[in-house]
Amino acid sequence: MRKILVALLFLLFGTSAFADCNIKSGSINILANDFPALRTFVETSKQCKGSADFKVTHSSEHNKIAVPALTANPSEFSARIAANSSIVPLMNQDLIRPLDDLVKKYGKGIQDSQLITIDGKVMAVAFMANTQHLYYREDVLKDLGIAIPKTYEEVVAASEKIRASGKMQYPYAAAYKAGWNLAEEFVNMFIGHGGEFFKSGSAQPNINNAKGVATLNMLKKLSELSNPDYLTHDSEAIKVEWESGNVALMTLWASRSGTLLDDEGDPNITKATKLTGPATVGGGNIPAATLWWDGFTLAKNRPDADADATFRALAHAASNKKMVADAADQAVWLVEGFVPGPKSIGVIEAVKMGAKPYPMLPQMGLMHGALGSEIVEFLQGKESAEQALKDVEAAYISKAKEQGFL
Amino acid sequence: MPNKTFFWFFLPTGLAMILFIGLPIISTGIQSFYAQHDQVVKEVKKCDPFGCTVSIVVDNETTSKIREAKPLGKFNGFGTYTDRNHLAVEEIKKFWNETESFGAFVDQVNNLPFYKALIFTLTYCLFVTPNVLLLGFIIALSLNAVARKIRGPLIFGTILPMIVTPLVGSLVLFWMIDSQGIIGANIQNLMNDPYLSLKSSKTLTWITIIIYGIWHHSPFAFVVFYAALQTVPQEPIEAAIIDGASRFQRIKHIVLPHIYPVVTFVALISLMDNFRVFEPIIGFSAEGSAQSLSWLIYDNLVNEEVILFGSAAATSMMTIIGIAILLAPVLIRTWKEFKTAR
Repeated sequence: MRKILVALLFLLFGTSAFADCNIKSGSINILANDFPALRTFVETSKQCKGSADFKVTHSSEHNKIAVPALTANPSEFSARIAANSSIVPLMNQDLIRPLDDLVKKYGKGIQDSQLITIDGKVMAVAFMANTQHLYYREDVLKDLGIAIPKTYEEVVAASEKIRASGKMQYPYAAAYKAGWNLAEEFVNMFIGHGGEFFKSGSAQPNINNAKGVATLNMLKKLSELSNPDYLTHDSEAIKVEWESGNVALMTLWASRSGTLLDDEGDPNITKATKLTGPATVGGGNIPAATLWWDGFTLAKNRPDADADATFRALAHAASNKKMVADAADQAVWLVEGFVPGPKSIGVIEAVKMGAKPYPMLPQMGLMHGALGSEIVEFLQGKESAEQALKDVEAAYISKAKEQGFL
Repeated sequence: MPNKTFFWFFLPTGLAMILFIGLPIISTGIQSFYAQHDQVVKEVKKCDPFGCTVSIVVDNETTSKIREAKPLGKFNGFGTYTDRNHLAVEEIKKFWNETESFGAFVDQVNNLPFYKALIFTLTYCLFVTPNVLLLGFIIALSLNAVARKIRGPLIFGTILPMIVTPLVGSLVLFWMIDSQGIIGANIQNLMNDPYLSLKSSKTLTWITIIIYGIWHHSPFAFVVFYAALQTVPQEPIEAAIIDGASRFQRIKHIVLPHIYPVVTFVALISLMDNFRVFEPIIGFSAEGSAQSLSWLIYDNLVNEEVILFGSAAATSMMTIIGIAILLAPVLIRTWKEFKTAR
């Protein structure tokens, strides 16, 4: 219902209030991930397209399309909504253009903190922040007299207690699907243990150590408290588990809180669903989570006129006070005028606790890929933690050699 | 057909095959011998909404110059083929020298991605192909025996698994075997083990995918066998009946020899298809427990944020070689028969 209302409000007030971008020419074609906040963002930018041609592709497979589509000249898309990790391949291949001139010319309402600068050049404009944090079922925890967990050790203890009580068999959930999701959980937990993925100043891997082993052991403990099918569960699947009332503690993206807390599903579960910051682990003081930004980048292989039009339309959304007020529930906006609501607790707590951003390194994608496939056998109990980490490093080194990083 | 007629008849197909199959294979082959240039990186300051850090980026100016000079990349020879993620020559030597028992050696080799995928692919082929042939043949025989009136709908029902898109078919089964799905929950009840999950156990995942493969591929064998059964002459069969041959004897001595070439054909096609098993792994989200050679190629091309063209090309070439080796015995045999027939 709320979604429809927001959309209606946009329809009613949007066009008349924001039709002053005055874009006369050019064509705009945007590639973006598919979740509600990004849809809102793109819709807002569409309001000021003027007479420019406007197209958008929302796809959860955006990562697979981006590099080939932007490599073509002229490229298919004039803009790509990227994040910390997905901007890296674009940078590696030199596919996006610096935005300094455009920011000076048209970026009036954009705050300095929104600018992603690399080597002094603005390469992206961020508009929202994201992280993975804890969700809990207030009713279940209260019934059993469990305090809100602050560390993963407490999450394990709480889950064991819930299981012992017979209320739920698999009280914990996180997106452990083999591949990107599982690797992301490792990245979070490893950073929570204070780990560094590479030896300083080089692309040599640095995960086969005590911190890596502790990370794997914690992941394993959590997986044992999860649904046995955890290796096939992505964010969407655990959201469904949660809404079916099978789970009392969960690590999930902040950007999903909107759909989790909407009017669909069992109202009792929705009412008892509460958000808190990300947990720490192993006595560390920074959370076992990574901070993410979502922002827009402009394709290099596209005429300047298109870049101009695209930037103006997107900058309109990236500095839109009305959008962040209307859609305050959908995301933690980095745009001026955003008043954090109850659904933003996760990200705000993470920032307060000093969470680190996801490492924006050229070779990080290879490490992430190696993690996603090589730690599975450890979780299945088929090999030791040391062996799994050795495999990750070996797989990474082969790939990094082929890509010329080592 | 005179050779000249055949040549003109075959020319368009031949050209299309060279253009769309031959050349891409050659290009893939060339690519597999190249790796990316050494990356030139530099330290820069990066700022985002969460603060500034000093870290590295790829130096695009220098890199693009190197790339322009040599667009294919750095010549790597068989480097990609022999690295750890493929044939892992050095690792295997090391395991051989270090491990004490043969079992331990096999365990170590089984831990390498290429061999892991190869073993799954071969297991899949070995179980699916014969079962598809057998099941297809049995269904064809049974359908050939039922009354003509109900044959049409029965045939339609039988080829349904082939009509259903592989991905959709596997997804349907995937949901059914979920620990809360109809099959998964019933198995848990039956075994009285709430932690039993078809999806988390490697062996059970393999069995599921193999059963799915048989279910999906049998209709193809059935259709071809059914068509072949229509050509079996009735006279020798009638004669055999008069001689008192049992149904089994008739099939063994008359029907099977008659449709033998078709069996070879189905076996060939089925082997080729099965060696490239891919969709069920995606459909069942089974990447964790089962990886095939095709899945490795897919993984190299899309699962990383950096695309590994060299790796993918090397695995593709080895898949082609693998299929050639698998088909060799059947092809040699067919060739010999062809020669004696002449």
